[in-house]
Amino acid sequence: MNLHVDINKRHAERKEFSPESLAKVNELMLDVPEGKHKSAVLRVLHMAQDELGGWLSIETMDYVAELLNIQPIEVYEVATFYTMFHLDQTGKYVLEVCRTGPCMLVGSDKIIEYIENKLNIQVGQTTEDGMFTLKTVECMGACGYGPMLQCQYKNHEFLTPEKVDELIEGYRSGTFEK
Amino acid sequence: MTGRKVLLENVNIPGIETFEVYQKNGGYRAVDKALKSMSPDEIVEEVKKSGLRGRGGAGFPTGMKWSFLAKPEGVPRYLVCNADESEPGTFKDRYLMEKIPHLLVEGMIVSSYALGANLSFIYIRGEFMWILDILEKAIAEAYDKGYLGKNIKGSGYNLDLRVMPGGGAYICGEETALLESLEGKRGNPRIKPPFPAVKGLWGCPTVVNNVESIAAVVPIVNDGGDAYAQIGLGKSTGTKLISACGNLARPGVYEIEMGISVEEFIYGDDYCRGIANGKKLKACVPGGSSVPILPHYLVTKTATGEDRLMTYESLSDGGFVSGSMLGSGGFIVFDEDQCIVRNTWNFARFYAHESCGQCSPCREGTGWMEKVLHRLENGNGNLRDIDLLAEINKKIEGNTICPLGDAAAWPVAAAIRHFREEFEWHVTHREESQTRNFGLISQPVTA
Ligand SMILES: Cc1cc2nc3c(=O)[nH]c(=O)nc-3n(C[C@H](O)[C@H](O)[C@H](O)COP(=O)(O)O)c2cc1C
Ligand code: SF4
Ligand code: FES
Repeated sequence: MNLHVDINKRHAERKEFSPESLAKVNELMLDVPEGKHKSAVLRVLHMAQDELGGWLSIETMDYVAELLNIQPIEVYEVATFYTMFHLDQTGKYVLEVCRTGPCMLVGSDKIIEYIENKLNIQVGQTTEDGMFTLKTVECMGACGYGPMLQCQYKNHEFLTPEKVDELIEGYRSGTFEK
Repeated sequence: MTGRKVLLENVNIPGIETFEVYQKNGGYRAVDKALKSMSPDEIVEEVKKSGLRGRGGAGFPTGMKWSFLAKPEGVPRYLVCNADESEPGTFKDRYLMEKIPHLLVEGMIVSSYALGANLSFIYIRGEFMWILDILEKAIAEAYDKGYLGKNIKGSGYNLDLRVMPGGGAYICGEETALLESLEGKRGNPRIKPPFPAVKGLWGCPTVVNNVESIAAVVPIVNDGGDAYAQIGLGKSTGTKLISACGNLARPGVYEIEMGISVEEFIYGDDYCRGIANGKKLKACVPGGSSVPILPHYLVTKTATGEDRLMTYESLSDGGFVSGSMLGSGGFIVFDEDQCIVRNTWNFARFYAHESCGQCSPCREGTGWMEKVLHRLENGNGNLRDIDLLAEINKKIEGNTICPLGDAAAWPVAAAIRHFREEFEWHVTHREESQTRNFGLISQPVTA
């Protein structure tokens, strides 16, 4: 476990939502009974991560707190609990490979090793060109279609080394861009 | 067994994900019928008669759960659908929502009406963001056609339906953690009582049900609780979605009529078609990672030599000594080449990773189990470690706020119970265990 956190790396320039996204945030706050708008925090954090740089800087979390009219700590405590939120800068594409039992039975260990070798990084690291971060995750609810990985909410299933080659090429060349 | 289907019958009809095609094929009849000719209590009665048991894992009778819902004057009630689906081996709710989203929407409308809820939620795991989009599209169509919103189909009943994402946390499948998460907080389970039926979402009476349970209310309202109870076997009424994975020739999601044999499910042409690559069956975890593992000789037969069936009762026949559980329907199959020690370690790592950390026995115990299993798996363990695991197990079991602690402890206990020989071999054959797997375990002579 990495206990020391370099707090400077968790700061970044403040970014803000587009007018459309702001309208969406307001809509989400009105979707629940009056005074319960805090319940929108997970959804808004996902939007923030997806739209404001791929990870949640302290500035982004503070911004979300402002929008939802809650204390920054209420956002931090949520963002640090859930594994989908990245609190450190990531590569452009985060490859999240499932490492849990059912996927392991059909060869996820080998796929993880293959990607490590191919990208020349270890799980948890980012390639030098900033293109890929490799992570392992627990069961993604795709156990019958393993080995699998998810990238930008897209599942890639029944992975083989050839398929991994293809998809990494695809992301490098922009074919898989959402 | 005739293999009747009541949920996925229409799943392959092109365009079934749209309102139009879904309705053309009999969709939304249950809403029409319920709002026109049934009182909320009559629906609860039908659900009770159907014998439907919760499909999220615990198998609690749905009708009974509904009848526990407190109804204080002037306080809103909520229905929350649990679409968190994170139990390893389970991917059935996802299939239903992706393929036939309107079935869940219809089930939510009828169930909300039965419970007197005017605002209901579907809580879906954050990794299923594209399914959230599918559901929101279906919900928008339902609003558009007057099946959601104010005065639904002129009945005077109002209902709003929202989808809320999680953020990546297995524990949020536990119903009180789910409610915390829905309120926008960390997913720490609450101490019970009070139960959600009395104090749930925002302190109001709340029912939490699995996706499949809510979908099953649709055929129950359409055809009546008695007709539903005719399907299946004994107290295991109806059908069950089974998500089959691991070393199977044809993994996937199957709707089975309860009561087919495990043998037919694993080897039958209509189902999984046997073990992949012509290998032999070594073991099976029939109900998601939290249920006890069964060695090959207890998978298709019970300890008393009867055929094991896909029912709540038969899968748990023999209790924790020689049985398992139907659980969530996550059916995980291991072939002869798999290492049970490695898999047990893998699952222990999962629970250690997913423990929310509130209770010391779970937070510390899951971590210790992972460490001890890791050294056993890697040839660095000793024989005392096996008993140490049992010891840790006992310290966790029953001493925690939520059942995750038990869910972490039981699979380890079951693996050691049935595969002790293999665990010991990892200690006595340190080097060999790093280069090959143990293979099939032999059947005890006095099973
Ligand atoms: C650790 C843990 C995880 C759970 N995960 C899920 C889940 O992903 N989906 C689900 O429907 N139920 C899950 N449950 C069960 C729920 O707490 C709850 O019993 C269920 O949603 C009730 O619905 P049902 O009665 O329709 O089955 C989980 C329980 C525990 C203790
Ligand atoms: S048993 Fe584990 S997961 Fe459940 S509340 Fe306690 S620490 Fe959290
Ligand atoms: S174990 Fe990999 S998706 Fe479930």
